[in-house]
Amino acid sequence: MAETVVKQKPLEEKKPLFGAEERKLLTDPINDDNPITVQVLGICSALAVTTLIYPSLVMSVAVVFVCAFANLLTSLLRNYIPKAVRMIVQLVIIAALVTVVELTLKAMNYTVYKQLSVFIGLIITNCIVMGRLEAFAMANKPWRSFLDGIGNGLGYGAILLIIAFFRELFGKGTLFAGSPFGTLKLIGASPEYLINTTATEGIGTWFSWYQNNNLMVISSAAMFLIAGLIWVHRAWNKKLIDVS
Amino acid sequence: MEYINIFIKSAFIENLILSYFLGMCSYLAVSKSVKTAFGLGLAVIFVLGFTVPVNWLIANYILSPDGILGTDLTFLRLILFIAVIASMVQLVEMVIEKFSPSLYNSLGIFLPLITVNCAILGGSLFMVTREYNFGESVAFGLGGGFGWFLAIIAIAAIREKMSYSAVPAPMRGLGMAFLLTGLMGIAFLSLLGIDPNAF
Repeated sequence: MAETVVKQKPLEEKKPLFGAEERKLLTDPINDDNPITVQVLGICSALAVTTLIYPSLVMSVAVVFVCAFANLLTSLLRNYIPKAVRMIVQLVIIAALVTVVELTLKAMNYTVYKQLSVFIGLIITNCIVMGRLEAFAMANKPWRSFLDGIGNGLGYGAILLIIAFFRELFGKGTLFAGSPFGTLKLIGASPEYLINTTATEGIGTWFSWYQNNNLMVISSAAMFLIAGLIWVHRAWNKKLIDVS
Repeated sequence: MEYINIFIKSAFIENLILSYFLGMCSYLAVSKSVKTAFGLGLAVIFVLGFTVPVNWLIANYILSPDGILGTDLTFLRLILFIAVIASMVQLVEMVIEKFSPSLYNSLGIFLPLITVNCAILGGSLFMVTREYNFGESVAFGLGGGFGWFLAIIAIAAIREKMSYSAVPAPMRGLGMAFLLTGLMGIAFLSLLGIDPNAF
């Protein structure tokens, strides 16, 4: 006689640590709720660092890190922060994390640190971080806030890398210039190419007629590229169209 | 004379928005009407004009190794700068609320968000890297704020006119604002040829 063990169902079903809702937190900012093209947050740094891919990559990683941990810390502290001084508390959390990133980068890769110069410091005033703290972390549990931070960092990084790809390829004819894994010289003739006489064949020589487009190096090019990106994005994702 | 040079240079030739593209977020978000843009622009002039000299004093008398504390505290720079900015914005917010409640209501959330306006912190950081003296930092702060003010008024006026134009639906609003800012940036590039010492 088998005793039937009636398993009592818990009153509140335990949510999985990484379910559909959590996945949505990660993927939404990449498309429907993109920080740059939809929420209009964090534009300044997106324009300034995107002349080369490698610094943009470093910047994206830094923003993902700062955004995720600032969200986590604020969410942990959210019940203890008085409303009146919340902006200052949030800024101190962000500033402390950014200082960690800045000093780490200075120690590990000084050339990129020099290239990014004030813009690492400006992560503090990157509205993505502060905006997400205000909009999400102050009202949600730590794990979800952490994922939201990573998602928004990634959405920001995706746009940064797309813009940097076009600006570096057409502005300088290279990809990944200055990175530790080597520079890819794809199009256009260059002094390095002339000295490096071994590279007389292959892809590099096919487009050696290309003249670098200096428009791509100035910040305005990033504005045009983002405008184009918004056009493509909204033509494809119709619900984002501005009705007003 | 030197101060006028710095003022004109920071307002036009090295305009924070159109040459460095700093302070974009509130610039794009608040530029739908000239009236609110005007109020925000004035607030930015005030905040930038005050925080840059105050941060100059902090950087040179407290944080630098030659300051009154005698130790190198430059790693605290970001935190102290942002604290000064946050308190200054709080002050501006209270003043505007007292003297112009209607402007206070129309600016809404964007008034506290001046704190995270990159142009403000960027101004202070540029002041450090360019090694200005105190008088120059006052001129730089006011000039930078004035340049920001002019730029946001200009884009707001253009966007008001733009609402009568037939723009492709996906480009309406934000897309056009980006495109216009890019074009204005190119226009401002032509000022680069001017020798700032000519004034």
